[in-house]
Amino acid sequence: MVGSNGAPGAQERISALDGAAASIRGMRTYFLKRLLLIVPTLIGISVISFLIIHLAPGDPTALKFSDDQRTGNPEHIIRETRALYGLDDPLPVQYVRWLKRVFTLDFGVSLRDQRPVVDKLKERIPVSLKLSGISLVLAFLLAVPLGVYAAVRQHTVGERFTTVLLFAGYSLPSFWVATMAIVYLGGGDFWNVFPVYGLRSSGSETWPWWQQLQDEVWHLILPVACMTYYALAVLSRYMRTGMLETIRQDYVRTARAKGLTETRVIYRHALRNSVIPLVTLLADVFPALIGGSIVIETLFSIPGMGALSSEAVQSRDYPLLMGIFTVSAFLTLAGVLISDLLYTLVDPRIAYEKRAVV
Amino acid sequence: MKNERSSEGYWRILMRQFRRSRASLAALGIILVFFGIAAAADLIANDKPIIMKYRGEIFFPVLKDYAVRLGISRWQSQFQNVTFKEFTRSNFKEGDWARFAPIPYSPKEVSLSVARQNPSSQHWFGTDDLGRDVASRVVHGSRVSLSVGFVAVSIYLVIGLVVGALAGYYGGVPDIIASRLIEIMMTIPTFFLIITIVAFLPQSIFNIMLVIGVTNWPTIARLTRGEVLKAKSLEYVVAANALGASGLRTVFRHILPNTLAPVLVAATFGVASAILIESALSFLGFGVSESTASWGAMLLTARQLLPGYWWLTAFPGVAIFLTVLSYNLVGEGLRDAADPRLRG
Repeated sequence: MVGSNGAPGAQERISALDGAAASIRGMRTYFLKRLLLIVPTLIGISVISFLIIHLAPGDPTALKFSDDQRTGNPEHIIRETRALYGLDDPLPVQYVRWLKRVFTLDFGVSLRDQRPVVDKLKERIPVSLKLSGISLVLAFLLAVPLGVYAAVRQHTVGERFTTVLLFAGYSLPSFWVATMAIVYLGGGDFWNVFPVYGLRSSGSETWPWWQQLQDEVWHLILPVACMTYYALAVLSRYMRTGMLETIRQDYVRTARAKGLTETRVIYRHALRNSVIPLVTLLADVFPALIGGSIVIETLFSIPGMGALSSEAVQSRDYPLLMGIFTVSAFLTLAGVLISDLLYTLVDPRIAYEKRAVV
Repeated sequence: MKNERSSEGYWRILMRQFRRSRASLAALGIILVFFGIAAAADLIANDKPIIMKYRGEIFFPVLKDYAVRLGISRWQSQFQNVTFKEFTRSNFKEGDWARFAPIPYSPKEVSLSVARQNPSSQHWFGTDDLGRDVASRVVHGSRVSLSVGFVAVSIYLVIGLVVGALAGYYGGVPDIIASRLIEIMMTIPTFFLIITIVAFLPQSIFNIMLVIGVTNWPTIARLTRGEVLKAKSLEYVVAANALGASGLRTVFRHILPNTLAPVLVAATFGVASAILIESALSFLGFGVSESTASWGAMLLTARQLLPGYWWLTAFPGVAIFLTVLSYNLVGEGLRDAADPRLRG
């Protein structure tokens, strides 16, 4: 972490005010540099994904026609299709053509159903965003109090129990938990409590809004729970470590020594600094937010980005694959940048002019 | 040396600190047990007898099988293309005997007459839809999981250490290139990338190891780069340079050994996550072929038979959970041991 140790004293605060203008300037240069560096990164990402996808064996046109009985002479049709999509041009030519179109947000059409890739992404991203968004917000909201509890009540029975439970959750494969949830709660041989297919019941469009809402919440409970427990396990462990480090700091002892109540010491003084590691984690969490969870979405048949990725891979849908790669990478980069900005908001001690651009 | 404590080497201190955590020690024990099971899988679960006496001669069919598969030996003519269980039943006479493994089924032994059986004294963990013995498959599945974990992590450790060390030590252009590469790899959704490559390659366990290896090195590279940057200005590095050590020698002989502790911690957690990735891949049908006894592939079979047949889900799931949990506990123990702030 960058910055001085502990909170600044009165003297330092005055000089910090003097340095504020300089630091804003430093911050601006820092973010400008970061923005410029996005360009080579993005190009790199697109080149890498383009190469992987195009050098891979498995001809999309052959795959497209392999199960189609109507086409009498597949040889010649395959050749025509290849020409139509420009699959016969040299790779660099194909890449430049693709890059030019990407600038206008045109990723071409899906080889599978001829629909524009952008439309498909637009349809799927909100679904994943909703699913992952809800789980992440829940995880963050629960992780903070849990982490604080585990740190403050260290070595008590309750703390041991919570820590062990969270550690177990951290090692539990979510696809196994999801399978078990479907078996035991989703209408297997046991209880039939939750629906396990999609996000709403069929025919629910005609229901009154409150019934639709109830239906949707009902559908979301299992997938959200399966996604939340893991994120919660990860986040609360960070929170606990952050808190454990913070409550050993001198300024916390000072706060106690001047007679503040324990609640005030923990929640007003210590909490602020111990949340910082969680903020940095936001950047890591961002890809999952847009990319969705391939496992959970596939298992629960939720039409999000995760399920779309899996379909795209299975049908060797090159344009769709490229679209997913590029859009997720771009949004992830944006996420990293945003979390960097947030970082300065929660921790004003960070001086950007000193921070190397990496 | 009078003061023993101060002469203690770094790794010895690490081990002493590590031993203080009982949970981590127990986890290390579990890992060793799993390794034992994986190494001795053929002696624990096999459809061939470990040792048998036939017409006055002693045979070791399990060991013989190894030799045959290595190509250095051939089956005796009377054992060619025989099922040993059948053979012992029909050909054995007075004085002949065979000692089978505790689980006398091979992981690929299909027997439709006993399909989908509950756990029993015959089949400890029950049987799957093809009548394959679940216990035998769980035992042999440990080989897949453990080898994936180790090989994949070794691959990315090597890449990550070299890239990170060179970038950190030399700075400048190599660092810019390496850092961009790291950033590129970290922005690409890893699991999606793995699925894409694995789906395009022929289905094999080695390809999975390789793909996990080449997609996960950035974490190690970033970590190593940071550690090397920190160490670069320390006195012992300056001393090495002053003594005329070349750049490469300084990095790999002097700096890297001193930065290994955090890398080791990351690698231990990495084994856990590689095992999880392999089982998730197999579970989604992108991994090893279904006939291979892999815990993830077994869960895929179980999923296709849902709902019901709890034993098909429970046993491989518990195996994955226990293994991953153990590696995470060991990783945690190592991290705490390497953290001087927690040293008491």
